[in-house]
Amino acid sequence: MLQLLLAGVAQGCVYALVALGFVLIYKATETVNFAQGDLMMLGGFFALTASVIMGWPYWATILFAVAAMAVVGMLIERIVLRPVLGQPAFTVVMITIGVGYMLRGLVTMVPGWGTDTYTFPTPFADGTFKVGEVIFAVQQVAVILMTAALVAGLYFFFRYSKLGVAMQATSQNQLAAAYMGIPVRRVNMMIWGLSAGVAAFAGILLAPVTFVHSNMGFIGLKAFPAAVVGGFGSVPGAIVGGLIIGVVEAFAGRYMPEGFKDIAAYVVVLAVLLVKPSGIFGETAKKKV
Amino acid sequence: MRFLFKTDYAQDLRLFKHSGQVFWYGLLMLFLLAAPYIAGEYLMSQLQFICIYSIVGLGLMLLVGFTGQISLGHAAFLAIGAYTEGLLQAKGVPFFISLPCAALFSAAIGWVLGLPALRLKGIYLAIATIAFNVIIEEVITRWEGLTGGNSGLHLKPVELFGMKVDGDQSFYYLCLGLTVLSILALMNLLRSPTGRAFVAIRDSEISASCMGVNLATYKTMSFALSAALTGIAGALYAHKVTFISPEQFTLIASIELVTIVILGGVGFLHGAVLGAAFLIVLPQLISLAKDYLPSNVAGSGLQAVVFGLVLIVFIIFEPLGLYGRWLKIRTWFELFPFYRRGMFRRQKSYMKSERLR
Amino acid sequence: MSFFKVENLGIRFGGVVAVDKVGFEVKRGEVFTIIGPNGAGKTTIFNLIGLLYPATSGKIFFEQKELTGFAPHRVADLGIARTFQNIELFEHATVLQNLLIGRHRHRRTALWQELLFLPSVRAAELAQREAVEKVIDFLNLAKYRDSLVAGLPYGVRKVVELGRALATEPKLLLLDEPSSGLNPEETDDMAFWIEDIKRHLGVTVLMVEHDMNLVSRVSDRVLALNLGTLIAEGTPAEVQSHPAVIEAYLGKPV
Repeated sequence: MLQLLLAGVAQGCVYALVALGFVLIYKATETVNFAQGDLMMLGGFFALTASVIMGWPYWATILFAVAAMAVVGMLIERIVLRPVLGQPAFTVVMITIGVGYMLRGLVTMVPGWGTDTYTFPTPFADGTFKVGEVIFAVQQVAVILMTAALVAGLYFFFRYSKLGVAMQATSQNQLAAAYMGIPVRRVNMMIWGLSAGVAAFAGILLAPVTFVHSNMGFIGLKAFPAAVVGGFGSVPGAIVGGLIIGVVEAFAGRYMPEGFKDIAAYVVVLAVLLVKPSGIFGETAKKKV
Repeated sequence: MRFLFKTDYAQDLRLFKHSGQVFWYGLLMLFLLAAPYIAGEYLMSQLQFICIYSIVGLGLMLLVGFTGQISLGHAAFLAIGAYTEGLLQAKGVPFFISLPCAALFSAAIGWVLGLPALRLKGIYLAIATIAFNVIIEEVITRWEGLTGGNSGLHLKPVELFGMKVDGDQSFYYLCLGLTVLSILALMNLLRSPTGRAFVAIRDSEISASCMGVNLATYKTMSFALSAALTGIAGALYAHKVTFISPEQFTLIASIELVTIVILGGVGFLHGAVLGAAFLIVLPQLISLAKDYLPSNVAGSGLQAVVFGLVLIVFIIFEPLGLYGRWLKIRTWFELFPFYRRGMFRRQKSYMKSERLR
Repeated sequence: MSFFKVENLGIRFGGVVAVDKVGFEVKRGEVFTIIGPNGAGKTTIFNLIGLLYPATSGKIFFEQKELTGFAPHRVADLGIARTFQNIELFEHATVLQNLLIGRHRHRRTALWQELLFLPSVRAAELAQREAVEKVIDFLNLAKYRDSLVAGLPYGVRKVVELGRALATEPKLLLLDEPSSGLNPEETDDMAFWIEDIKRHLGVTVLMVEHDMNLVSRVSDRVLALNLGTLIAEGTPAEVQSHPAVIEAYLGKPV
């Protein structure tokens, strides 16, 4: 059973990272980015290119993919989202869906990428070790540790850096933040860059498991339940929610009839929405008339 | 330029605001009625699809455009309508009973989906509808005894009062008739208290409830009506494609349905029809263009890219959709040469937290 | 028989006591105003009466019926209408449609009848429009009848907000700062309308207001609130000269 837990946590880490990516964007701009999964996919492809086609070592690959995706994220914000600043949330969601479509389509058009599925080499490919009764795959442990490191880094960033605090301000009231001298549009752009970078990181961690292909991003859909369960708009919530969904899926796959594994996340999220929509860490706000 | 002088209340209630509208819509109806005699088989097939998706568009427009809710899971209702029709037909139930059954069953499920909507707004509602879609899809797939699971379900042609509604002509008239009835029903709804209540809920829930609008009743009603229309479209869809399987009703399908509403123009009934037409025509245009493009561009990804691009471009540059653009063009002609560019411009605003809407 | 009574009303939001043991009675046909500095809890009282928030203590009685546990739309059905401080109109509808929604509680038609637009629906619609015209005439909104609310100036919107509340044909009208944001001329118009509402329409008015001129001009009785508690009640003159009220607004003399 611990084995299952481990598998669930490892998978949950990936969900957590994707959820983290769009909670960041949601916190700053109240935009829900349906393309987060596809950003992850693109990050995976960048990493693939660096690693296989250009032959760089793993760590350089990570840096390259994250940096490249950060640029892509910022460009997307600048070109596609800034013109619709101030429009209702639903339209912005549809724009991100459009972005997702474009990313998936464009990836198949790039020579060398296309519609094939690629394996992604990592330094931890096959090792396992045993602690007591539980077999740990090095791969899984690496995913968990790297996720933890990233989350810790982001925590300190938001708590103690000027940019992090500025991001929190813009998320609550853009106009007021602007009056306080925060360059709201630039901050939004950087949030997207950061979020895309996190997505790239998630893609790299996911690639060994699902392989790199243009529909890899659909797993990103599971990140929505993760973010909701943890509390939309809460960074620790995204992590916790992702882990919960990962674990629930692992157990559903083992103990429940076939097919439940795929919908387990959605059943959980429906239950949470009906009982406590704000999730574990989320906050409810009511309009004051 | 036309001026409308209103002299009595009844004038406000009319379906056609002035004689010009009667003329043009009449012409359109004549053209549509004559279509089987002048159009080829391919065009007829497309027209049937446009009718079917228009009905879905109308259902979604009611829910999203007029009541201000969100549904990214409407393909589930399409599936419910399609499978209900298929299963009832297999049992020998006549069409004029199975169609209302499909509509009513969809409405019931829609009503159920409306219940969580009472407490959820915005992204939470969207995610709930996504979850709903995925779960329904899975239920259909797993319940193989009933639905045939992944092997799908075959349908025989419609039989209406003993006549086989086979072939392009009669099925087309069936679809067209149902579309026109749906449009009329919705137009009637919008000029009566219920329609106004829906619009009130869209614009300000709190003051709607303070004016006596029972939010619970009307929100679930909107979901139910929307689902009913989509269920009817689903039944027609099932007969059109004659073979249904769960993978036709995924989340991707739901998103395509929503784009009907967005591309057509949120908040206008015409938008549903225009959006449906656009959705059907676009892949055809893309296929035509493929011949002129280099091979790796003209692959399977082209449709996704164009689709995404069209969506983005429309939302940024034409938020009022196709019908909005048509309104602007018409106004330009009507007011010539006094048309001003800012006439339809929405006031640009900074984002205020919608968590406090 | 009491028309409208509030007893011991209180609400707390977490640790903050917004309204504390407030009690007052409004007689039928009078104009009763609540004044007080910002943050005194005046709008909160309105929200409590409208059942938008559940009170943590106390009771509200309207025509001897206790208002607890209903949904807000039932309050409208009973004959209580309100306006909002920050204007909650239906932006993407015309003025006429906004007012027609005010008639919602008078509808008599069912969904299936409306889908078919039966003659009964048509007749009902014509009757509603006639009723709304009376409000439009009363408030001089005729030239804005078919304009979208989104494009109207603030002063006109406030009048539309009032019109929508009047369209419900209320017995009790709650006005939340009717003159805020209006220039002196518009405030004058508002004063005339409130007097007309009282005298010709026979509607009881419960009002929250800051503009003391308007208050002295139209009110029959005034209640002063500070920090959620009642500090004075009486005629406008009495309350305005009450030492506690002066202290609340201007502070203690040094």
